[in-house]
Amino acid sequence: MTILVAALFLAGCSKKESTETSSEESSSMPAAAATPIDQSTVGEVTGKIMFQGTKPKLAVIHMDQDPVCVSKHSEPVHVEDGEVNDDGTLPNVFVYVKEGAEKYTFATPTDAVTLDQNGCMYKPHVVGLMAGQTLHIVSSDATTHNIHPLPKDNREWNESQPPGAAPLDKVFARPEVMIPVKCNQHPWMRSYIGVVNNPFYFVTGADGTYTLKGLPPGDYTIEAWTAIGGPSGQTQDQKVTVSPKGTASLDFTFKS
Amino acid sequence: MGLAIALVITLITAASVYIFAAHVWWLPVDISTHGAGIDRQFILTLVFCGVIFVLAQLGLALFVWKYRDRGDKRKVTYSHGNNRLEATWTTAAAILFIGLNLMGYRIWANMHFTGAAPGALQIEVQGQQFAYYFRYAGPDGKFGPLHVDKVDDATGNFFGLDRDHDPDSKDDIVTATLGIPVNRPVELLLRSKDVGHSFYVRELRVQQDMLPGLEIPIHFTATDEALKHQNGRYEIVCTQLCGLGHYKMRAFLQVMTEADFEKWLQQQAASQ
Amino acid sequence: MAEMHAEVAHAHHAPTNFISKYIFSLDHKVIGKQYYFLALASVVVGIILSVLMRLHLVWPDVHIPWLSALSPAGAPGGVMTPEYYLSLMTMHGTLMVFFVLTTAPQAGFGNYVLPIQIGAEDMAFPRLNMLSFWTTFLGFVVLMAAFFVPDGPPLSGWTAYAPLTAIGSIAGPGEGMGQNLWIISIALFCVGSLMGALNFIATTLDLRTRGMKMSRLPLCVWAWFITAILALLSFAVLFAAAVLLMLDRVGGTSFFVPAGLIVSDRVLSNHSGGAPLLWQHLFWFFGHPEVYIAILPGMGITSHVLSTFSRKPIFGYKAMVGAMMAIGFLGFMVWGHHMFVSGMSPYSGFAFSVMTMAIGVPSAIKTFNWLGTLWGGKIRFTTAMLFAIGFVSLFVSGGLSGLFLAQPAVDVYLHATYFVVGHFHLVMGVAAIFGMFAGTFFWFPKMFGRMMNETLGKIHFWITFVGVYCIFMPMHFLGVTGNVRRYSTFVDDFLKPLIPLHEFMSIAAFITAGAQLIFLFNLFWSMFKGQKATENPWEATSLEWTIPSPPPFDNFAGKHPVVYHGPYEFGVPGAAKDYIMQDSHETVPAT
Repeated sequence: MTILVAALFLAGCSKKESTETSSEESSSMPAAAATPIDQSTVGEVTGKIMFQGTKPKLAVIHMDQDPVCVSKHSEPVHVEDGEVNDDGTLPNVFVYVKEGAEKYTFATPTDAVTLDQNGCMYKPHVVGLMAGQTLHIVSSDATTHNIHPLPKDNREWNESQPPGAAPLDKVFARPEVMIPVKCNQHPWMRSYIGVVNNPFYFVTGADGTYTLKGLPPGDYTIEAWTAIGGPSGQTQDQKVTVSPKGTASLDFTFKS
Repeated sequence: MGLAIALVITLITAASVYIFAAHVWWLPVDISTHGAGIDRQFILTLVFCGVIFVLAQLGLALFVWKYRDRGDKRKVTYSHGNNRLEATWTTAAAILFIGLNLMGYRIWANMHFTGAAPGALQIEVQGQQFAYYFRYAGPDGKFGPLHVDKVDDATGNFFGLDRDHDPDSKDDIVTATLGIPVNRPVELLLRSKDVGHSFYVRELRVQQDMLPGLEIPIHFTATDEALKHQNGRYEIVCTQLCGLGHYKMRAFLQVMTEADFEKWLQQQAASQ
Repeated sequence: MAEMHAEVAHAHHAPTNFISKYIFSLDHKVIGKQYYFLALASVVVGIILSVLMRLHLVWPDVHIPWLSALSPAGAPGGVMTPEYYLSLMTMHGTLMVFFVLTTAPQAGFGNYVLPIQIGAEDMAFPRLNMLSFWTTFLGFVVLMAAFFVPDGPPLSGWTAYAPLTAIGSIAGPGEGMGQNLWIISIALFCVGSLMGALNFIATTLDLRTRGMKMSRLPLCVWAWFITAILALLSFAVLFAAAVLLMLDRVGGTSFFVPAGLIVSDRVLSNHSGGAPLLWQHLFWFFGHPEVYIAILPGMGITSHVLSTFSRKPIFGYKAMVGAMMAIGFLGFMVWGHHMFVSGMSPYSGFAFSVMTMAIGVPSAIKTFNWLGTLWGGKIRFTTAMLFAIGFVSLFVSGGLSGLFLAQPAVDVYLHATYFVVGHFHLVMGVAAIFGMFAGTFFWFPKMFGRMMNETLGKIHFWITFVGVYCIFMPMHFLGVTGNVRRYSTFVDDFLKPLIPLHEFMSIAAFITAGAQLIFLFNLFWSMFKGQKATENPWEATSLEWTIPSPPPFDNFAGKHPVVYHGPYEFGVPGAAKDYIMQDSHETVPAT
């Protein structure tokens, strides 16, 4: 009898859980009544992210506690936040359309964005993806990681990924820039995920440049985010107008 | 049935005693000055308990076998007890148990009732989910103040130092390995950043919880024995359940000669 | 006294419909069985969890398909994650300690047997009795619900140390809704236990029949009575602790959380001034008496069964009662021995250590007296007796390893190793469960009117007795090498050589767990198909054996038995049989 009652209760519980998940997923669907994009008129925004000031000294990461991590590196590894390219530009800057693209809707991409854990570092360090798009988390390390995103607007979760475990496929339902990701077992590990509602985003590389392609003509607010300058980083907004088939130029300059 | 129980109990007793006595699984090497006392007390307790264990289990086995109902006309011993016997074994147990405890008193007192020797090397140990970091005061001998808002694990500022503004913090050295010189008293100041952790080094015979909000000092001295095994490298493990990565929370203790230690500390300082 | 009995007898009549007879019953016998089956359901879940843990420990990659159905996040693809291992461990400990060890021996057998053994029609407060069961049951349901919340069950162990448990889901998986459910469940359990304890105390003091002096109480009644006092004093504290912990989590208070915590790079600015050690003190102020709450009823049952089947009076009745009182009393002064390495003052550590060694003395007295009871007896090897003998052996083994842990200078090495796991499993886990098995085989005829199958019972005993030694004795060896507990996998090189021993223990655990199916089969088969039981199949002396099996609704069919003797008059010289019932008019020579 007791078991029966317990089973009934539990069955009720698990049902509730499944409806919750689905409602969360559905809320990520873009709103209806969209303005279609005329592909023949789209333009782009391009520019460079500069750094002004003295280059921060990057500390060496000590991985001593986990010999698996140590064995994967022959050279000392430096922290990635605060990195500046040799030409004074900034890598790992997340640039995206913050305002101006709301009237369009975009299908959620079906291909996943991959985040790898390799040598007890996240590859890439900064990731962009659309709300509802799958983040495919894999591990190339023979040690256990835990993936712990620290969002403000999305659901927080924290899961282990032992060596050989299946990749984790996760979705962030709401746009949020940026979500820090941490591995508590290797506290130095940090990645940032930019979740946006449109496909117009870019992460700068070794040349510090970006290009946002396929923008319909109109006025936009472009935001750039960098980890430089503190634990939660800093952002800058600039307005820009894209003319039909035009290329707008927009540079950003950050100080430490 | 009586014989069967007697045999099984005897076998279990014999096997347990053998495994302990033959050191099939035994204490790891002892590398601290206070460890020998702990080991002695452990062995004393083991012998003491072993004797009681054997007597009680074999007594049980013997009685169960000897006083089984054989279906004969034997009458049971009609007795409600014996006050003299009760008084005897109560007194004996009290003296033995309390006495055993008092014998270990000095070891505990040496570990905890006195502070570290003057001139002991002070190292701050910080636990967090799921790692240890160690801080050395550097040449000035002073630990700089900590600022919670400065903590940023991704840039290596695990403690929350402000090296730009606090002069005492400038030369503080933060490491991921606990390097200590041999034969020199060491005092660890244990603290935690988030939840409860513990600092356990089997070979040092040291175990102490780390709690947020408290700074708990412990002290010990590593002996020459430490350099003779495992290249002086021993595991520090967490023994206080601290979350999903608890089983992976560890660091290494590296015992070195005084000269090697100084060299190592300089290398660490260079990579801050 | 007689008027009072009359009143109680008319307080409620035999119910006629199914619900008031079997579900919301006021009858102590039905409530006792309800508790028993609740414990049985809990122990089945608890054992399944331990099998899963032992599987994961030695074969971490093993696929258990149904586990991923139960928890897609906890066991993706059927492979358990480290956090899910900790969750299962937490649920195992909580279920076993609270819903098995505290429930069956005390509330289960105590409810069923105590009123009959003292010659009462029912418990003093039948409605409170019903309420205490259903509160406990609700606690069980809430705990089980933790398996099905998205975040998973809590992973903080049955001790739920703050601040891990006090800061919410930022502390990791299981620390969100799962931990909330755990706290609610424990709070409910406390309330149920408190009501039960009040009832036991009132019943023992007020409802004894004529001639049933305190000095004539069977030792199991003494055990239940003393346990009830312990429960009353300790569960009240745990209840308070649970409320404070909940307030820290949802009410913005800081009883257990100090200022300046930085968890996963986030500063917890909403807490300050709390003390993590406070939780440990409150928890263990309950937690140590709890150990005796689990084991004292087993001691009582063992004493009762040993005397009955040795056909000999219990050796040192007064010493046995005194020892239980001393254990109960000292049990409240030793909680600090769980905290030698916690950061508590080393001076108090020393004081707690002396008290702990002192509590070994009454434990030793009990063992000596059990041996004294067997000595010169004429032992009948019923299954109940085998389990009682097993209890003594396990209690000695597990109790002795406590002497290591009671000394701070030794505990500093052995603390949080498998030595501790081996110690408490033997002494409070398995020994207490052997007490339950002894009680089951002993009282089953009275409870269900049929005999259990002795052959199956003995097969079950042998596998279990050897099995538990094979599982828990090696844990002591592991502890000596420094094998840390609560690790889901042995990552570090140090522990790798110990894996063969772990494999041995796991295999022993699977066999032992499997053998419990024999018991379950025996229990349910005998309930319906067992041989009909007579009034007094064991030729025992206490009052429950003077009435039919199973007893009528009001136990003594409206009569009030009168007691003339102590409970253990076996082998009395010159008596007609080898035992004299408590209500017999036969005279016993003065001793």
